Amino acid sequence: MAWASNLPQELLCRPTALVSLTGLDVTYNAIHKLIWDSFVNNRRSDRVPLQFKVTAGDHEYPKCRTNKRQSYEWYIPKGVLKKTWMNKHLNQVPAVVVVFFDLDWDEHLWKEKQMECATRVEIVRNSLLNRGTKVAVVLIQKNAPLPPGEDVVAAERAASLCSACDLSAKQLYVLPHTDHLIGYTIRLENAFYELAQSYYHGEARKVKAHRDFLNKTTHQLLFVRHQFKIAFFSELKQDSHTALKHYKQAYGHLLEMRMHDTNLLEIKSIAGFINYKICRLSFQHNAPLDSIAQFRKHIDFFKSKVGIAELAFEHSAWMAKQFQVFGDLFDEAIKLGLTAIQTQHPGFYYQQAANHAVNRKQLCRGFCKPLTQLIHPDPLEFLDNLDFYGQRPWRQGHQSIDPPDMQRERDGIASLQNMEIQVDHSWIIIPLLNSAVAQFKKYKSPRMKRYLMVQMGEEYYHAKDYNKALMLLNKVMWDYRGERWWHLLDSILDISLKCAYLTCKLQEYVSVCVELIGSYSMRSTEEKTRIQMNLIRVISNDSPEPEPGLDPICVDNARRLWSSCSTDPSVFSIDMQNIVPFVECKACFSTETVAADTEVQLEVYIRVNCQFPVRFSKLSVFLNNQLYNQYCQIVDGQGVSAGSEADSRGGDLYLVPGQTRLYTFSFLPLKDDVETQLEISSLVLELGSEAGRCAMLQWIGGGGPAVSPVQTAQSLLPRKPVVPGCPIDWNAVDVRAATRIVPRKAKLDVVIQHEPPCLLNEFYLLRLDMTNNEDTDIEDIRLSFGIQGDETASESEQTSHVCLETPEFDNVVEYSREDVALVKLGTGKKLSRRLFVKNMQIGTKVLFVKLVYTVAVTKTQQIITCTCEQNETISLTTVTPFEVSVKLNSLKFEQIEAIQIEEPFLLLPELKCTSPWLVELQSSQLQMTPFVQSADEDAPSQLQGVCLKKSECAAECICLQTVHCIQPSISLGTYTVYWRRHTDESKDLPFVTTSFPLPIVNTEHVPISMELRLPAYGSVKNLLPLCYVINNRTAYPQEMEVTMEANDSFMFSGNKQFHFRILPSKAYNLTYNLFPLVAGHVALPKLHVNMLRYQGNIDLITQKMIPTHVFIKPTGKTLDSSG
Amino acid sequence: MAVCVAVIAKENYPLYIKTIPTDNELKFQYTVHTSLDVVEEKISSVGKNTNDLRELYLGLLYPTEDYKVYGYVTNTKVKFVIVVESSNTSLRDNEIRGMFRKLHNGYVDMLCNPFYTPGENITSRLFDNTVLSMMQQD
Repeated sequence: MAWASNLPQELLCRPTALVSLTGLDVTYNAIHKLIWDSFVNNRRSDRVPLQFKVTAGDHEYPKCRTNKRQSYEWYIPKGVLKKTWMNKHLNQVPAVVVVFFDLDWDEHLWKEKQMECATRVEIVRNSLLNRGTKVAVVLIQKNAPLPPGEDVVAAERAASLCSACDLSAKQLYVLPHTDHLIGYTIRLENAFYELAQSYYHGEARKVKAHRDFLNKTTHQLLFVRHQFKIAFFSELKQDSHTALKHYKQAYGHLLEMRMHDTNLLEIKSIAGFINYKICRLSFQHNAPLDSIAQFRKHIDFFKSKVGIAELAFEHSAWMAKQFQVFGDLFDEAIKLGLTAIQTQHPGFYYQQAANHAVNRKQLCRGFCKPLTQLIHPDPLEFLDNLDFYGQRPWRQGHQSIDPPDMQRERDGIASLQNMEIQVDHSWIIIPLLNSAVAQFKKYKSPRMKRYLMVQMGEEYYHAKDYNKALMLLNKVMWDYRGERWWHLLDSILDISLKCAYLTCKLQEYVSVCVELIGSYSMRSTEEKTRIQMNLIRVISNDSPEPEPGLDPICVDNARRLWSSCSTDPSVFSIDMQNIVPFVECKACFSTETVAADTEVQLEVYIRVNCQFPVRFSKLSVFLNNQLYNQYCQIVDGQGVSAGSEADSRGGDLYLVPGQTRLYTFSFLPLKDDVETQLEISSLVLELGSEAGRCAMLQWIGGGGPAVSPVQTAQSLLPRKPVVPGCPIDWNAVDVRAATRIVPRKAKLDVVIQHEPPCLLNEFYLLRLDMTNNEDTDIEDIRLSFGIQGDETASESEQTSHVCLETPEFDNVVEYSREDVALVKLGTGKKLSRRLFVKNMQIGTKVLFVKLVYTVAVTKTQQIITCTCEQNETISLTTVTPFEVSVKLNSLKFEQIEAIQIEEPFLLLPELKCTSPWLVELQSSQLQMTPFVQSADEDAPSQLQGVCLKKSECAAECICLQTVHCIQPSISLGTYTVYWRRHTDESKDLPFVTTSFPLPIVNTEHVPISMELRLPAYGSVKNLLPLCYVINNRTAYPQEMEVTMEANDSFMFSGNKQFHFRILPSKAYNLTYNLFPLVAGHVALPKLHVNMLRYQGNIDLITQKMIPTHVFIKPTGKTLDSSG
Repeated sequence: MAVCVAVIAKENYPLYIKTIPTDNELKFQYTVHTSLDVVEEKISSVGKNTNDLRELYLGLLYPTEDYKVYGYVTNTKVKFVIVVESSNTSLRDNEIRGMFRKLHNGYVDMLCNPFYTPGENITSRLFDNTVLSMMQQD
């Protein structure tokens, strides 16, 4: 059939002008060879499209009709397009013939050479008689040419050569054989190209000129032929737009032709050709929509033009070819940069091509019969060398409506049918589908791709390549499962089952059966029964019954295969989660965690959905620790075909459809597995015996339903609780494929007593009491405790120290103690330990206490050693025990802002207790800076032994004095308190220290200081001596002026106004005797001081240094002894 | 009129498929299934561009030789697919829209039945009649 619909090679290629090169001896002449190579090699797209041929000088070109037709009046065309025509103009009739001739301008024998050249041109001209082919002469010269106009000899000789050869000056070329050969070649080429274009232009005009002679009634064929020729010449001329225009006209004329059964094949063939050209050129002109529209028009027009019914397959073949060719063109255009979309790409055309090819196959199967006898003469004798495209070989050139010889026509049709029946259609269909698959994959249509792959699989099945079919179908089935298109899956499985049967593929056969007898299969009950019977047969080492509707020959073959392999044992596994099987399995651990001393409970639920009960041979659960696998197996003692439930011994894996069975396993966890996850790695249900055939149905993990349920609002509603005794509700069972083995719960009573809150810096006492509540003694008790979170903190942030039993701290922080071994503890015994925590920062900390011990537990006559762990955490809040406020006073107990250098002053620290617990103070201490010293010799702490309750205060008073210095402000130092919590239990606790920084105070420099020495009190009318001592604190002598102000309360003697000098660092004494006149708290007479060299008001400063009042006692009344 | 009407669940499995004539049902199932490629592509491309209300009617999905496949997606991503013969030129875009509207109404009525669990195959007789009315020749 290929002969009628295939496109000839000369149509498919891109037409290029033909240029004949004569006079080149490429075999023996190296220079000629070089020239030839420069023309033909490296023809890239930037060079002009030409085809070169080397021909002999006397080459015979196809003859041109000598007698030009003057009138078409009596001419009846025999067909549309001659088979030889395109080839003739592509490869035989050149547009340009080039005569190469070795001739230099300075040739000695010029005349002779010129004659020889003229003869050669003449020979070429003669063989091209009546053709418009252009002739050109190229002189191959050894010397490089001189610039034009300079070589007089050359110009003269060129003119004479032209006239001798009858050439125009534009047809003579010179090719200097020098280094730049390729440059000359390209220039020559371009010249030839121009000549060729003008040749084809002329040829097209010649054809156009015939048009006037034609009439529509008899020359319909010629209208098409002429337009086709013009278009083809235009293509040769590389004028694709004109070509497209004429191809379209040709197509238009073609559709106007009278069509009947005898010429339909010819018309369709030519229509196919022209359509191909139009589509191709449209794509080339970047007008893909035009191309697609043309193709649609083409198909719509010819779709229904089937022609002779007996040869309907021819039409399908032609249709298939049209689609395929268009698909190829489309694909080609895409490779050159066109973008296609999901709903318009070559895949659709390949798919349609495949559909028509399938149709062709069906028509062939339906109508074609092989020949019963040979026909003489063979009607298909000239099949391969027809005169015209698309004609019947037994009646070539015949253009009337009715076939000339009916018997011959029938013979011809029978022969064609005979030929068709020998075609293997599957190998036409499969490559088409393959192309389509590639396209649909590219344009994001996975489902279409899979559908085509299913079709491919079916085609492989029809082509009897069952292995390939099976492989291909297996690849696509999962999607139909995943998307739950059961009807489609079912039809695929049907073919798979047949293929598996025919190739005796045990594993595939069982796998497909397992799927087909399940509840999601769309098969009828009888079908399912039949398939299940077959499955049982296969598993019991028997041959299955063949599937209905198979080729008997193949079935015989398959039977032999099955019987030959029935004796071999075969164990294979089938992954249940990849298919939708008839048996479902769910496994779950009964609890999410299992204590180390309790049994792990594992439940396995199994349900089958097949037609009649089935007996499995073994159920095994594989866990991530293989040591447990021995506990998780059930073996059914019966054979696969054994009858009912009643006669089972031991394990029973006889499953009745629709009833959920529960199998329970339990085992003790191993000691090493504590704190690990126990997981189900797989479930395996075996069908058949391991000695014979055995299918291991395998679920990874805990299994699950065959099809995961769709989540709807209802499925999210709370489930009904399971009532014991009722049949198990399959849907209510949840898979729990993992459980965690946790340490045994400790039976150790731990009590921690303490008195919060914790005070800053103190050794906080926690009493840990443990009571052994186990039935046996516990050993290897290890205690760990510490502050949570401190292990990750940096060293500077670790502000909590812990210690056990003895409170110690040597400035190295230990945030936790690990695994302190404790003594063995008998059952019922108690153990007590003291923990201390020293928090050096206020805030909340979490203290953990962990006790680990081992104990021997007796469980089901086994003694297991369990490690138990008890954890306690306590949150500790730390508060400060007291607040400190510091006051500075002058010796007159007046608050001062700044201290005067070298003058004594008073420091008054006051502690306020903020602790809720009683705090016992041991002592306090001042750490003074070098600028400060105690004014007293030895001053013991005034706080010794004081106990403070909450909100109580304790204060002391310390007299200090600064040394001589010049700093504007000085730091006084720190104040440290030694203290501890005062409780009954704290007698042996060490005192802890808390330090407070003392304030930084400003200093004042005063040039003089003044002191008043006076008795503590005076008495009325008794002498009261006063002495003012004035010290010069400077390094210079100071001049002073003092005035004593009079006062009503005193009479006094001494200098009232006085002027004196004080030497550096010396003192001056002023002595007054006062005589008090009134009693009481009396103001002293004021001594005003004036320093001549001091700008400030020294009087105000000195007034602050001395007392202003004195207490004067009244005169005592003597006891009247008489009265 | 329509030769095949299908309702596809959000998860792309068929809830309902009716074909007339029934002998070529498998082929129609494949047609409907493959058309989901285009449906998915259309839904996803719209989602990216705008947040506006998507038009439910998707228009012509696949241009095949013999049949035209039209699609419609509800706001809950339930898909309706209607297949008509290419030779049937009386059905214009407006008629197809009308058919989808009718189908959508029928589906909503069916969904209102409290005894229907969403996600189950549709077995309602009333819905069946709605579909049949769209498939019978006038």
